[in-house]
Amino acid sequence: MSGYRLPGGGAIDRTRPLGFSFDGRPFQGYAGDTLASALLAEGVGLVARSFKYHRPRGVVTAGSEEPNALVELRTGARREPNTKATTVEIYDGLKAASQNRWPSLGFDVGAVNSLLSPVFVAGFYYKTFMWPAAFWEKVYEPAIRKAAGLGRGAGLPDPDLYEKANAFCDVLVIGGGPAGLAAALAAGRSGARTILADEDFLFGGRLNAERLEIAEKAGADWAAEAVAELASLPHVTLMPRTTVFGVYDGETYAALERVADHLAVPPPHQPRQRLWRIQARQSVLAAGAIERPLVFGGNDRPGVMSAAAVRAYLNRFAVAPGRRAAVFTTGDDGWKTVADLIEAGVEIAAVIDARTGIAHDHEALAAAHDIRLFAGAVVTGTRGGRALHAVQIRDAGGGTRTIACDLLAVAGGWNPNVALSTHLGGKPEWRADIAGFVPGPALPPGMAVAGACAGRMNLGDCLADGFRLGAAATGTTPPEAPETGPDATTATPLWRIAGTRGKCFVDFQHDVTDRDVALAAREGFRSVEHLKRYTTLGMATDQGKTANLNGHALMAALTGRGIAETGTTRFRPPYVPVAIGALAGPHRGPDFKPTRLTAAHGFSAEMGAVFTEAGQWLRPQYYPRPGESDWLESVTREVKAVRGDVGICDVSTLGRIEIQGPDARHLLDLAYCNMFSTLAVGRARYGVMLREDGFVMDDGTTARLGPEHFVMSTTTANAARVMQHLDFLRQVLRPEWDVQCASATEHWAMFAVAGPRSRALLQDLLGDAFDVAGLPHMGAAEFRWGRARVRLFRLSFSGERAYEIAVPARFGQALMRRICDLGATPYGTEALGVMRIEKGHVSGPELNGQTTAADLGLGRMMSKKKDFIGRVLAGRPGLCDPARPALVGLKPVDRGRRLRGGGHFLRPGAAPVIANAEGHVTSAAYSPGLGHWIALGLLAHGPSRHGETMLVHDPLRDGDTLVEICDPVFLDPEGSRLHA
Amino acid sequence: MRRSIFSLALNALTGHRLWRPTWRDAVPKPEYDVIIIGGGGHGLATAHYLANVFGIQRVAVLEKSWIGSGNAGRNTTIIRSNYLLPGNNAFYELSMKLWEGLEQELNYNAMVSQRGIVNLYHSDAQRDAYARRGNSMRLHGVDAELLDRDQVRAMVPFLDFDNARFPVKGGLLQRRAGTARHDAVVWGYAAAASRRGVDIVQNCEVTGFIRNGDAVVGVETTRGSIRAPKIAMAVAGNSSRVAALAGLRLPIESHVLQAFVSEAVKPLIPGVVTFGAGHFYVSQSDKGGLVFGGDIDGYNSYAQRGNLPVVEDVAEGGMALMPMIGRIRLLRSWGGIMDMSMDGSPIIDRSPLPGLYLNAGWCYGGFKAIPGSGFCFAHLIAKGEPHPTAAALRLDRFERGYLLDEKGQGAQPNLH
Repeated sequence: MSGYRLPGGGAIDRTRPLGFSFDGRPFQGYAGDTLASALLAEGVGLVARSFKYHRPRGVVTAGSEEPNALVELRTGARREPNTKATTVEIYDGLKAASQNRWPSLGFDVGAVNSLLSPVFVAGFYYKTFMWPAAFWEKVYEPAIRKAAGLGRGAGLPDPDLYEKANAFCDVLVIGGGPAGLAAALAAGRSGARTILADEDFLFGGRLNAERLEIAEKAGADWAAEAVAELASLPHVTLMPRTTVFGVYDGETYAALERVADHLAVPPPHQPRQRLWRIQARQSVLAAGAIERPLVFGGNDRPGVMSAAAVRAYLNRFAVAPGRRAAVFTTGDDGWKTVADLIEAGVEIAAVIDARTGIAHDHEALAAAHDIRLFAGAVVTGTRGGRALHAVQIRDAGGGTRTIACDLLAVAGGWNPNVALSTHLGGKPEWRADIAGFVPGPALPPGMAVAGACAGRMNLGDCLADGFRLGAAATGTTPPEAPETGPDATTATPLWRIAGTRGKCFVDFQHDVTDRDVALAAREGFRSVEHLKRYTTLGMATDQGKTANLNGHALMAALTGRGIAETGTTRFRPPYVPVAIGALAGPHRGPDFKPTRLTAAHGFSAEMGAVFTEAGQWLRPQYYPRPGESDWLESVTREVKAVRGDVGICDVSTLGRIEIQGPDARHLLDLAYCNMFSTLAVGRARYGVMLREDGFVMDDGTTARLGPEHFVMSTTTANAARVMQHLDFLRQVLRPEWDVQCASATEHWAMFAVAGPRSRALLQDLLGDAFDVAGLPHMGAAEFRWGRARVRLFRLSFSGERAYEIAVPARFGQALMRRICDLGATPYGTEALGVMRIEKGHVSGPELNGQTTAADLGLGRMMSKKKDFIGRVLAGRPGLCDPARPALVGLKPVDRGRRLRGGGHFLRPGAAPVIANAEGHVTSAAYSPGLGHWIALGLLAHGPSRHGETMLVHDPLRDGDTLVEICDPVFLDPEGSRLHA
Repeated sequence: MRRSIFSLALNALTGHRLWRPTWRDAVPKPEYDVIIIGGGGHGLATAHYLANVFGIQRVAVLEKSWIGSGNAGRNTTIIRSNYLLPGNNAFYELSMKLWEGLEQELNYNAMVSQRGIVNLYHSDAQRDAYARRGNSMRLHGVDAELLDRDQVRAMVPFLDFDNARFPVKGGLLQRRAGTARHDAVVWGYAAAASRRGVDIVQNCEVTGFIRNGDAVVGVETTRGSIRAPKIAMAVAGNSSRVAALAGLRLPIESHVLQAFVSEAVKPLIPGVVTFGAGHFYVSQSDKGGLVFGGDIDGYNSYAQRGNLPVVEDVAEGGMALMPMIGRIRLLRSWGGIMDMSMDGSPIIDRSPLPGLYLNAGWCYGGFKAIPGSGFCFAHLIAKGEPHPTAAALRLDRFERGYLLDEKGQGAQPNLH
């Protein structure tokens, strides 16, 4: 093929030349060109290699249905594989490269696969590569993987930004061709909020590609005027470069706006692309139709092109894709191409019309321009290597001729672009009169289909349809459609040309041929879905937009069924492939999820804290000091400070729920397995909450601040889940109760102040505001202290005398700083964990959703005096099984050994098999007080086995460690330190 | 014709005209020894093992559409046996062993590819939980390794190690895990079963059960009545609806799970990687597409489609984990319907109705279980008692409280 730029015309800006390169060679195009049109204008015909056989391929279409012309666009971290040259708007400095070829596009060693094509038929891999079995992963598969794939991913983090946005409208018009423009005009003029989205950068659709007339104007001019009017209407939003790619439930449409893809790099702070979620009361699908190829030998050779695409290149881009053209048509469409080629001054070698009865004016046109016309003839083969040199035809008399040409325009009829109508499960319907599938009656709610997409191919019908449906969506009277010039589209379907030479491709990109379809039929893969999966027909990056119907029609013929009965495969979102980065938007790196910081975070950071993730929270893990060599040294110091003096820990991340109302106490009795309605005002109680299925859900303390006012603490991890649970209980199970719950986690800053000196420190802090000594163990008080409301609880997780002090979040940082100034040592989650293990308190690794209250030694908390969530199902035999692993403490027999969570218990000497496993280690810590590692675990019959020696089996890490089973409370079992 | 390099070569020389249908597209007979409802992976595997291992050949597989049209064709093709609980692990390991010999057994290349799975951990607590799981695997005789951050980095260097919201601290690796070509599994089992005389009946939807008192003795279908003394359901995704035809209410909710595939690109990702701080897992198919998924949509549904929030959530997880995929494009997404059970584990058991057998509740782990499920279900049907490795997968475990809750989420199906 040797395309060239026409001297005039086209919607390109010849005053703005743009330089670009392909495979390193420099070229020039103009603003308004796509990469495909610019390459064709520069005479580049070979642009790609196919997936399996590495066949040379050229541009076939002028739109997003392109199966062949895929390139790697841009370089480095911005490299985008499999980019359709037909949709890339060129910019100055654009760099593109061909893909899936080695060493070069012109000479591709992979083309040897074509010689092996008798072996590499559809599904050949299912039949071989099985012997010897070990060879699959080592030999066959690596070779297949290397050969497969098309372009190369960048392999580097995407440097660009992406955004997400929401839009709401009365009418969403999908597609800005004649029907879509008409629909948008009708809707927009009524004042309805209207969005018109088109994937192209230029509205007008086929009006830009054809020489059509509307209201005695060129179609393209009418489109430009319509766009100008739409732009002037106040409630109309024009969205060019925006592809509506998915239809979802609730009248939600997903669209991708290519904000900066037509630039070398996005402007500063601008996204590359924007994902739109559009809520549309009504939508008009005006997605047009896609011309289908014809299936004949060598139909994939560069130079064979869709006849409609040829017109688009001639009229919109002012590019002649070849110097000597032949046109192969099964209907009137090809004759439009003939006329446009004549108009552009391109030599026409022949017109091959498969029909016998050819309209007089077509014959007259051919005669007037001295064009050889073959009626009732078909193309049976193509000649040429990497470019078309000639086509072989079989004329009506059966004679064979060879016609030299470098461009073959093929018009096989049109497939309405039904994809979006099927995303919610709608089945397309077969229309024999147009030989195509149109959207069926089960459309997505609110959707109407206009124009060619609905099978109405004539321009006048498209406009009328658009006006009618745009008006109907807004309940207004449709404007009168303007007069249109002649436009006839008829096609006699021709699914396969018999007796042709060479490979007849059905799916270009995946190299699926008519023989593959026949083989699938022979092997029983006759359902269109089996055909797709067996041959990969329609599974390429174009989702079979050009290929599917031809393949399905071939299958219909092979199985003696009609096409309607054979059916078609469902289209899946997205309509065209969408960058994963765009779907993720800004949620990546540190912004993947919100980062929650406590009120005193800044102070902890000042103190040099190392932070750890706790869900979305960052919590101080420990506070290293100069000279400390590792985390353990810091943690040990912190524990000793608490046990010997006083420490402070930021516990603001614990969930806090305000519960108020006359039925608050009933709600707590229902939610907790132990009794709360008897709790006195001014007191707090430890509570355990079960799930409905009887397993432990969460634990925490709840204090009663007034007769109808409780405040609940949850674990950090379960804060949201407990809130959800309480809301479910009161709204669904007990709607008659008068009780309200509100999450107050972020309203308060809370600190545990623990250690023998905690009382004195707090008294120093609070002065006359509160008598700390008067607060009994498990007491709770609320009082004012200067400007702050303070809640003080006497609770202990560490086993020391301890308090939890809460102030409104805005005072949190100052409070923590003040308490540290008074001599408290800040400690983090590690020290917290050490001390709770020393005291045998359960936490996350024990509250893992698989344990019962009894497993955790808390069985006696389950009240027998009241009902509570989980009571009934906790009584199931499996939950009461005495063999269930239950909480124990562990000490290494060799006190120098480290313990870790995750090992399994075996009796010493028992074989390491699962039948001998008796539980596992849940949490481990180094106890500074005891001077060795300790751990908690869940062991079968654990409470009755204190003193036994067991093996902790941990083949993944440390191997085996002998441990002594003991009481889970390692320190101060009498609890005397609580009152120290 | 037996599939081999020789038969392929012979056919290559003769225009591939000698191949015959991979399975017989049978017309239903009035009576069989066993009727299997559901021509997916589980149903066809059950038929194969009944016919080829347990000697029961008068078997029909009834499929309402085309075989493999349900979840067998809608999954992310991962196979693994990295389970924690004894009731599950041995079963999935049986399945894994069957995968390892599948192609030779079926004479069909299902592309079982053991390229490994690594489950990432992001905290000390998660590391210990994975250690517990990995140690349990080792106690079951299953391979498992606990990797630290550097070992993970050596294996999958393209993860976001330096700028992540939830830094990767290590991973649990099962090297024998991997993927298989999902459709080929269906076709391979169909071929092997059909060769032994099993009738595979497509476009045959069960519309009711024929009863004799409590007992189920046959089915009404869109292609007529068919009788058999043993009727086996393997219709995960539709279990609650089919069971309702027999008046049974199962401890199952139906949920949508979406799956995704990208455009084909040259090899980037060696094995399977799962994100431990978000809902995302990914592998790369032999054709080059990144195959990935995430969380279920969360609401009850029978529609085989999902919605945009989860599409975005999955993409966010992917970009958080491996920001190199930003410019790779999503090609297709689709939804499958999951039988989500009350503890996240499946059911292979007799039903309360004599003659009716139940294979259900696969949640979103059904694909990897196909061989094991088929084998154990066939064992149950043929011998009248559960296979030892599937003995815990009983229907009454919910009533008795012997749950198999790997994630500890409780009886909330959309959290498993």
